[in-house]
Amino acid sequence: MIGEHMRTIRLGLKSLMLHKLRSALTTAGILFGVASVIAMLAVGEGASKEALDRFRDMGVTNILARSVKPPDNASSSSQSAFSALAYGLLYNEADLIASALPDATVVRVREMQRPLMRGEYFRTTIVVGTEPSFLEVTNMRVTEGRWLSHMDDQELCNYCVLGASLANTLFPLENPIGKTVLTGVDDRYVVIGVLEYQGRAAGPAGTTYDECMFIPISTSRRRFGEEVTTSSGGSFKRERIELHEIKAKLSDSAQVESGARILRDLLLEAHKQQNDVEITVPLELLKQEEASKRMFNIVLAVIASISLLVGGIGIMNVMLATVTERTREIGIRRALGAKRKHIIQQFLVEAGVLSALGGVVGVGLGMLVPIGIEYWFQQKTIILVPHVALAFGISAAVGVVFGIYPAWRAANMDPVEALRHE
Amino acid sequence: MVTTYTTDRPIIAEFRDVHRHYMMGSNVVKALNGVSMQVRKGDYLAIMGRSGSGKSTMLNLLGCLDRPTDGAYLVGGRDVSRLDDDALSDVRGQEIGFIFQSFNLIPQLTVLENLEVPLFYQNRIGAESRAKAEYLAKRVGLGGRLEHRPLELSGGQQQRVAIARALMNDPLFLLADEATGNLDSNTELEILALLDELRAEGVTIVIVTHNQKVADRADRTLWLKDGQVEKLVDNRTGQVVDPLAADSAAVGGGA
Repeated sequence: MIGEHMRTIRLGLKSLMLHKLRSALTTAGILFGVASVIAMLAVGEGASKEALDRFRDMGVTNILARSVKPPDNASSSSQSAFSALAYGLLYNEADLIASALPDATVVRVREMQRPLMRGEYFRTTIVVGTEPSFLEVTNMRVTEGRWLSHMDDQELCNYCVLGASLANTLFPLENPIGKTVLTGVDDRYVVIGVLEYQGRAAGPAGTTYDECMFIPISTSRRRFGEEVTTSSGGSFKRERIELHEIKAKLSDSAQVESGARILRDLLLEAHKQQNDVEITVPLELLKQEEASKRMFNIVLAVIASISLLVGGIGIMNVMLATVTERTREIGIRRALGAKRKHIIQQFLVEAGVLSALGGVVGVGLGMLVPIGIEYWFQQKTIILVPHVALAFGISAAVGVVFGIYPAWRAANMDPVEALRHE
Repeated sequence: MVTTYTTDRPIIAEFRDVHRHYMMGSNVVKALNGVSMQVRKGDYLAIMGRSGSGKSTMLNLLGCLDRPTDGAYLVGGRDVSRLDDDALSDVRGQEIGFIFQSFNLIPQLTVLENLEVPLFYQNRIGAESRAKAEYLAKRVGLGGRLEHRPLELSGGQQQRVAIARALMNDPLFLLADEATGNLDSNTELEILALLDELRAEGVTIVIVTHNQKVADRADRTLWLKDGQVEKLVDNRTGQVVDPLAADSAAVGGGA
């Protein structure tokens, strides 16, 4: 039985080799369809996974309010040469949010860029001043030592917890716990803990929490104050920000929608003038991304169907030509005892082989394209085995489906007429 | 060559009042109009006639490529005139060995693969079919050409392959359609000699032709005219015999 099918497939290949160019061109129709579907699926999958991961890392039950620098035209009018530009979230707003969302855990975050030193090791990074519940809200874990406590906050302790990558940079050879990190001239912090490596995109702009140092928020306020001075182009710019971010973690994702509404009512109205607060709801973004992924998949399915339809029509065209050309052969085979089903089988296998060849090469090409895209465009791509199997299966099926009519025509020829055909 | 027509051998193909009518527009064309005849095992029968006499129709019916409008056609004692397409295909595949004027080998297949085609449709492909193909190729004088393509062979060689192919399924009879019509006279003689040899080995041959020289090789010649049997001639004696007379003589005890 297997041998018989192998023989039919080999026969199909032989017959296709009679017209190499024609077969190759027909195959190309399927090939590009399959390749483009696999490539597009891989790119789409990669892009959406990246986005979905980023939103998930922000926390699905979280709502994030962030201070953003107001647009330049607004700032220049209100900023005199010596007074600082004041913008962003305020301490009392965090309290307002906490009372408006009694079920939520609200965390205040301050971020200061500072150079950090430990012996000969040096790194400029972001010092995050925050509260003990930060750990719970961001869903992070301590691997060594401990996290910041309420006591540390109340006592304005000079304690710090290091992100995993930062700990490696500053303490490549020793255990950081109990050691001191120097920031500025004589500001020392004792390391009390190291965080687990996250590898997540979430974090302050331009970096991840793995790179940050965490200290109690009251310590941060006392040491650094509310003003940040930056020098650029020979002139100083001073900015005054109380809080960089307020994170609110809700008890479950069903609460997110109403929580987001309350937060927007509270903050956006107050900051309407300066437009200096941005609210991010990861769950909303997640849902948007999922919806757009669904849409993408539908569009892709339509494109794939059209391209395979075009390929299929090509196959049908070639098979009809083949059947006409080989009318004589069909007559001979019928005279030698072939039943209709044998003729149908022969031409279906031939059409199937034609499109499956396109499928195989198309799968190969379709898997190469994403590699190129990753290399040249730094765009993450993901090739899923079911996608490849599906694309190949459909391509083979296209051949069979579009081969049915030509095969049926071949099988229903009158053997006498077929034998007489020149 | 010394075999003569006798009635003590079994009948393997028999027409009983066979009619084959076609519709041409609104006219009925009576291509065959009541033909009866018999082929016995070991016969060498030629069928002759002018064009339009019903030769081709008779060939198609004998080869089970077509079905009679009326009457019965018995192959190996079984009436095949009402069989469906699949059953008729099996009769062709198991009982009949076709030899065509234009050889009709499948060009993309090798000699060996061409030889195996009839057995493929009987699900009898394997070591045995290969051995048989090799044996028959050698038998027709083409033992070294198994891997060649048909177009790499001469016309005579192609027809030898076709004859070997016709023998692959051990048919009841060989049915040849102008088997030498596309060959030069020397090659024609070679092919006819090969048929004579096969016949001497006991192979039954029916050859449809319009070539008197070819027909003369056969024991008897059945002449068709206007869709009916004109006469049946014993080529050895040159005498006209009634197509069923020998049989009725056998049945009636020579009355």
